Amino acid sequence: MAIWADKNTRVIVQGITGREGTFHAIQCREYGTNMVGGVTPGKGGTTHEGFAVFNSVREAREKAGANCSLIFVPPPFAADAVMEAADAGIELIICITEGIPVNDMIRAHDFLKKSNARAIQSGAAPSRLIGPNCPGIITPGEAKIGIMPGHIHRPGPIGIVSRSGTLTYEAVGQTRALGQSTAVGIGGDPLPGTNFIDCLAAFENDPATEAIIMIGEIGGSAEEEAAAFVKANVTKPVVAFIAGQTAPPGRRMGHAGAIISGGKGTASEKMDALKAVGIHVVEAPSEMGAKVAEVWKGR
Amino acid sequence: MKVHEYQAKEILRRYGVPTPRGIVVDNPEAARAAAKELGGRVVVKAQIHAGGRGKGGGVKLAKDSDEAVELAKKIIGMTLITHQTGPEGRIVGKVLIEEALNIDKELYLGITLDRRIGMPVIMASKQGGMEIEEVAERDPSAIHREPIDGVLGTLPFQARAVANALGLTGDSYKKCIDFVQKLMRCYIEMDASLAEINPLLVTKEGDVLALDCKMNFDDNAMFRHKDVAEMRDLKEEDPLEVEASQFGLNYIKLDGNVGCMVNGAGLAMATMDIIKLAGGQPANFLDVGGGASAEQVRNAFRIILSDANVKAILINIFGGIMRCDRIAEGVVSASREVGLPVPVVVRLEGTNVELGKEILAKSGLPLITADGMWDAAQKVVAAAQGK
Repeated sequence: MAIWADKNTRVIVQGITGREGTFHAIQCREYGTNMVGGVTPGKGGTTHEGFAVFNSVREAREKAGANCSLIFVPPPFAADAVMEAADAGIELIICITEGIPVNDMIRAHDFLKKSNARAIQSGAAPSRLIGPNCPGIITPGEAKIGIMPGHIHRPGPIGIVSRSGTLTYEAVGQTRALGQSTAVGIGGDPLPGTNFIDCLAAFENDPATEAIIMIGEIGGSAEEEAAAFVKANVTKPVVAFIAGQTAPPGRRMGHAGAIISGGKGTASEKMDALKAVGIHVVEAPSEMGAKVAEVWKGR
Repeated sequence: MKVHEYQAKEILRRYGVPTPRGIVVDNPEAARAAAKELGGRVVVKAQIHAGGRGKGGGVKLAKDSDEAVELAKKIIGMTLITHQTGPEGRIVGKVLIEEALNIDKELYLGITLDRRIGMPVIMASKQGGMEIEEVAERDPSAIHREPIDGVLGTLPFQARAVANALGLTGDSYKKCIDFVQKLMRCYIEMDASLAEINPLLVTKEGDVLALDCKMNFDDNAMFRHKDVAEMRDLKEEDPLEVEASQFGLNYIKLDGNVGCMVNGAGLAMATMDIIKLAGGQPANFLDVGGGASAEQVRNAFRIILSDANVKAILINIFGGIMRCDRIAEGVVSASREVGLPVPVVVRLEGTNVELGKEILAKSGLPLITADGMWDAAQKVVAAAQGK
């Protein structure tokens, strides 16, 4: 068991003939992911590096049975790619693209909400978007759907969710002895498709996950909301690290933005909120692995 | 991305948002002509990106064009220090000469993204002219919040709710409704991330205008707003940060003495955190991005070392797709070129890490290798302290 991605997930790459798309499609296939082709409009019917290329996501779903799409489409067209995947009934959409305008994502989220409502009404499965601006998702030994280095992962009981790419790898590296059930990078964008709460709920319900590492960072209030969720719904031990304890205030966030989130967003506020609900907060990023091993043994 | 007040107002006018008549100038004689054209009694406003210009002496009222010239002489070229500029202040290059209006009320109107709900939100307050942060702290109930559907735009009832919250009636009530709808259209279509009208002016004649305006834009959307991208004023930004951005490096200068070079923003922040925990102070945030090629490392070295406070450097790379041996080669060739004037601690992890460490060891360079982030932090802090 794992969350969202396993050996039965049938993956296509949107933007497969691009440099990034090609490289990572091959990497994912080498890892053992069930890659069933790719989409590049106008190049349908051809074969690229052994992958069947389709003109549209709908065609890829119908002909290759794809139920997951990994997106490497450039920023100006990426939100459209997300919406196309949702419209084609793709259940898991993973958008790696960095630099998508916020307004484009507002429209994409709006589209997803409506298309998911239609899907549910007609008895079909809704779409889950992970990202954008994320490393993707990996269930070690089964499916790597993203840009993370596959070989550092081992199957095991630790679920990892993170807003940061390389910090996810850091957490994976520190939990090599125990291994991971699934590691999800939800991405650093202000409007992520999947948030901490979605992942925490899925890990809580996943029998293969026995302890959770959650990696947050300054800005917004996602960590505070996750803390409230953990208090009410999560029985498995959770270890957390918040990056940005020493970051200068106000550099990235506009002042009015800080007001909107009720003055929240600093690392210390987030750490306090997490500690208050019994989450094991580590101050140093190097302590994530040791701490999760400790709470896993004592669970 | 930020723009100056005069540029923001130019953008507002494209959408029919009323602003005072104004002319931007960069010398006192031009200020005279501008003041005459605007009727003599004008306001002279320093154009820098930071807020708090009025309190810092950068906004003054002139009763006629002679006084406007005197004020322009004083303000153009002055170093304006406000609570947002830091103690070094900013040099004023241009002033905006604006017609002086008959003020009845000063209100507040702002739009920004509420990340929690994924919608732009209009904030409105009767307490204009003062900072919204202050109002939020003292009297949060004084701020009306109106979330707007980013796809539908402002609905008429929502614009009315804002005008109601601002306590307007009659003619100015109608004008405010129109103002709010146009401002939101501008915010959405121009891909703004902040539009702050403070104060929103109601004149004795009942007109509603943007007396001051601060606009920020979504960097990621600038590919479709080339005209706005051209408004970027590099003089308002840290020169090192500008240079770094040209090489695809994300660099922010800080006050400490431990330079850092990391791949990934989250890991870069975490590296700063662990330096602090080890008793040191980070000199910068620097994300070399996914690549970390020899050229990237070389540029990063140069930018970090141009900060004279840096006494040691920590390179922390988690090699994913980019293999550690390639990164090690980059570090070695860049180090040879730059000549390592300060101790450098290298922590490599990930793909081909053993090969990478071997390359560092065989290079003969005085690079200090570390295992794990904690070891690296302790070593670099000790090195910075001369131990």
